[in-house]
Amino acid sequence: MSGQSLAEAPARAFSRPAIVLLVLLALALVSTGLFMTLGAKGSWSFVLSFRGKKLLSLVLVAYSVAVSTVLFQTVTNNRILTPSIMGFDALYVLLKTAVVFFLGIGALVAIDSQLQFLIEVVAMAGFSILLFRWLFLGEERSLHLLVLVGIVFGIFFRSLSQLMQRMLDPGAFNVLQDTLFASFATTDPTLLGISTLVVVLASAYGFRMMHTYDVLSLGRAQAINLGVDYRRTVMTILVLVAVLVSVSTALVGPVTFFGLLVATLAHSLVGNSRHRYVLPAAVLLAIICLVGGQTLLERVFAFDTALSIIIEFLGGIVFIALVLRRSAR
Amino acid sequence: MIVTNDVTKSYGASCVVDGVSLELPQGGITSIIGPNGAGKSTLLSMVSRLMAMDKGTVTVGGLDISRTASDELARRLSILRQDNHMTARLTVRDLVSFGRYPHSKGRLTLEDKDHIERAIGYLDLGALSDRFLDELSGGQRQRAFVAMVLCQDTDYLLLDEPLNNLDMKHAMGMMKLLRRAADELGKTVVLVLHDINFASWYSDHIVAMKQGRVAAQGDVASIIRPEVLGAIYEMEIKVHEIGGQKISIYYG
Repeated sequence: MSGQSLAEAPARAFSRPAIVLLVLLALALVSTGLFMTLGAKGSWSFVLSFRGKKLLSLVLVAYSVAVSTVLFQTVTNNRILTPSIMGFDALYVLLKTAVVFFLGIGALVAIDSQLQFLIEVVAMAGFSILLFRWLFLGEERSLHLLVLVGIVFGIFFRSLSQLMQRMLDPGAFNVLQDTLFASFATTDPTLLGISTLVVVLASAYGFRMMHTYDVLSLGRAQAINLGVDYRRTVMTILVLVAVLVSVSTALVGPVTFFGLLVATLAHSLVGNSRHRYVLPAAVLLAIICLVGGQTLLERVFAFDTALSIIIEFLGGIVFIALVLRRSAR
Repeated sequence: MIVTNDVTKSYGASCVVDGVSLELPQGGITSIIGPNGAGKSTLLSMVSRLMAMDKGTVTVGGLDISRTASDELARRLSILRQDNHMTARLTVRDLVSFGRYPHSKGRLTLEDKDHIERAIGYLDLGALSDRFLDELSGGQRQRAFVAMVLCQDTDYLLLDEPLNNLDMKHAMGMMKLLRRAADELGKTVVLVLHDINFASWYSDHIVAMKQGRVAAQGDVASIIRPEVLGAIYEMEIKVHEIGGQKISIYYG
């Protein structure tokens, strides 16, 4: 016992969250530096602007996935569910498919892609409020019920999109497929500007609630006791989450377990649930995973598309481990 | 003063709290006793706005709880429930400082820090204040949560079974502390208690509930009587006077 407390004392004197954040920041800077420069041939101005766009989209995705997952877990007071496990990104795919299915491919081509993206973000926010308000507001529900409902929702949205995609004519399907399934290697550059704007606006709004996140992590009863307007705050945060999920899904397509991976790692590395530590840690971890992983695969192993598979594999293992540990208790 | 008027809550066909109208006096300790399923915790949850009522009104210090802003109420009334499951990993001092959130919205002033240290001291948590909650025993964690609601510094303090998880020494310490909060700081303390002897020893006022209704209420002398308790709990309860206190014997 005394040995343990002796070993813990110096770690706290140096503040563990601060050390973790510094190390992560250094790693993130190294991986972005390598991503921009490693193996560059020819004109630097071309390389930097070409890779800069890719880097920006990877960073946007990392940021959106990390922040949306951490906030979602705080609001729902659990560490297993993430927006993508609850089918948020499947909902985005469904919305997009439904537009093509009902309005025809003309609608997808005719409307300016940035305006289209904004409409999708608004629709996402609206739909997720309708769908998830009865789940997360009102009386507390069991986590197992939520997992089950989430997985059923996810499968339902995916099957519905698949059904509509099968009934499309091949030409329309091709165009749709093209807009839906980008990967980490080939992101969609037309949406970069508008995505950045959306993320910055959402973050500016969300940043003002930094202390409220901590209060919400105490659970519904304590949050209400401490005077948080629970319904309004939770709905606001769920809208922020829906917006961020739309951004990342529009840029690289659905990734199921990535958010869980970085949120879980961030919580266990920082060891303290204060959001001013956990949120930046999760974002930095996500940047390291995406940018560093992409650099490693592209430049060192000369693979192109395997990053999402590796990340999903690791994230899936974390998910199974969490579920098993929870049910063992 | 806490006034409830015809407060009702039902789940499906079963009515858990059935038209309860009560006036809980200002100041002192009021204990709510009664058998399992009598609706004690549900009533407390509705009074503290954690649960919506189906019918009725509640006013706390003249404020209608369904019309007053939640953060305004959080400076008047605090509630601690028996089950405080949370996923967050926090130190004791972190948790206690959340009690100041209604006053300072997260930006702690010197006065807030003063309150925090005092609450930690009151509950004898000084040595544990930098430990994480998940490293503590159930009783220590319970004391940390009580320190938090004390730190909230509200006129009304509602506690649902605060003696849960506490051994005899800490249970007595907790009741003495609440007695001090009522006597020295002028707080109005409302408790749900299972141990009728603790209720008898420390309360000023007792409300006995049964099947969602108020079965009896009054001062200790009028409630801690064999015929009243026997009817509420449907068992034989003897009451003895020991050192001027009424002690119930119900072990066999």
